[in-house]
Amino acid sequence: MFKGQIANFKKYSQLLKQLVSRDLKTRYRRSVLGFLWTILNPLGMMIIMTIVFSTVFRQGIENFPVYLMCGQLIFNFFSEASTGAMGAILDNSGLLTKVYVPKYLFPLSRICSSAVNLLFSMVALIIVIIATKFKLSWTIILMILPITYVCIFAFGIGLVLATTVVYFRDMRHLYGIIITAWVYLTPIFYPMSMLPENVKRIVSLNPLTKYVEMFRQTIMYGQVPTLSANLKCLVISFTALIIGMVVFKKNQEKFILHF
Amino acid sequence: MQSENVIQVKDVSIQFRLYKEQVNSLKEYMIRKMTRKLQYENFWALKNVSFDVKKGEAVAIVGKNGSGKSTMLKIVSGVMQPTFGTLDIRGTIAPMIELGAGFDFELTARENIFLNGAILGYPKDMLEENLDEIISFAELEKFQDVPIKNYSSGMVTRLGFSIATIYKPDILIVDEILSVGDFRFQAKCEERIQKMREQGTTLLLVSHSTEQVKRVCDRAILLSNGNKILDGDTEEVCNLYLDM
Repeated sequence: MFKGQIANFKKYSQLLKQLVSRDLKTRYRRSVLGFLWTILNPLGMMIIMTIVFSTVFRQGIENFPVYLMCGQLIFNFFSEASTGAMGAILDNSGLLTKVYVPKYLFPLSRICSSAVNLLFSMVALIIVIIATKFKLSWTIILMILPITYVCIFAFGIGLVLATTVVYFRDMRHLYGIIITAWVYLTPIFYPMSMLPENVKRIVSLNPLTKYVEMFRQTIMYGQVPTLSANLKCLVISFTALIIGMVVFKKNQEKFILHF
Repeated sequence: MQSENVIQVKDVSIQFRLYKEQVNSLKEYMIRKMTRKLQYENFWALKNVSFDVKKGEAVAIVGKNGSGKSTMLKIVSGVMQPTFGTLDIRGTIAPMIELGAGFDFELTARENIFLNGAILGYPKDMLEENLDEIISFAELEKFQDVPIKNYSSGMVTRLGFSIATIYKPDILIVDEILSVGDFRFQAKCEERIQKMREQGTTLLLVSHSTEQVKRVCDRAILLSNGNKILDGDTEEVCNLYLDM
């Protein structure tokens, strides 16, 4: 049976590629700057937030623009990917009622297209690093680790959201609020050290904190993430993935009755 | 040709819950659950339907609106799971339940061929090889690089048909789609389906046109309110259908 699933995935891997390229193609179609927006958007946000927060949080953070951007890239990826995955089933309901396709491909394609966007946004990060004359270490190549973890985590959460939203459309609106709360509970523009003890505990329970911190470690501090940090991230990501897969698999046959 | 069963439908029933009012939000759901106002009726769209289709046969499903025809096709093509009963399918299926399901209207015809082809599970190199053939059958040579949102509905349908039928599936499932497009294109479609049948493709067709059923199929099944009424010669079944 496992073998059959792999064969099925192979057959439809072409569809996954097509869905991702469709997402990427239609996103900036008819805009003059097109793909450049993937780079300009985080740059613009970074500049505004640097100006706004330059006096408030800057103490204790060396190279605030890079610090900020690292947090932003990871968080924005997660937010975009999970929100995209959430709508993936409903948005394709017209198709799912007419043709058999493995349903998980739709949330997965949204995660993949967001991941491609994240890779392009890296250009913005490199621009900032060069502009601030920041010294890079070889450990930057290890950033692939936290990126992989956050992708898996986002897919797991996305599967749960995609299932939930079929039954309760309110989830779409509710999740917007959750994401806003989540921004503030992630050390994107503030350092962990400035938090009071009780808030710190909550923030360090947030999985995204772990991914963001590991991302910064490799890019800013030239450190190799420890084995235990890696294991923690792996456990969190795969727990999310397994929960997502179980929830999705249990419900996917019923989706069609709720469109 | 060996006449083995490629589709075996055994005692298939499917139940839908008809909520008196669609409840889509958590708040509403909670309120109704608490006040016990969450009412629904069980509705059996298909009741113990069984039939077999042999390899190379062309079978029509006829019946009035709401008799369960489309639901039957959706079960055979794997979109829906039956509540009870079993289904045995041998071979690849090309479902044409709605042409161009999954088209992205922002994309061009050429891009949609690959997207739609992938949805139907067709391999990419096969699509690349037959790209010109798909476009020329749909008569869209001049418009292949135009986003299909600028197409007329007939053009979209032609493209959909052309993609779906470029590949010779073992089983072709057709829902009511041959009634779209102008009569010349309809004839062209029928001709293509005929050609596929000559190469051994099994056809399962839903149609309201008894003329078409008699012309294309060898056998017909009459459904009424989810029950199988008659399974037999097209002439006989169509006559009973028209008398209903």
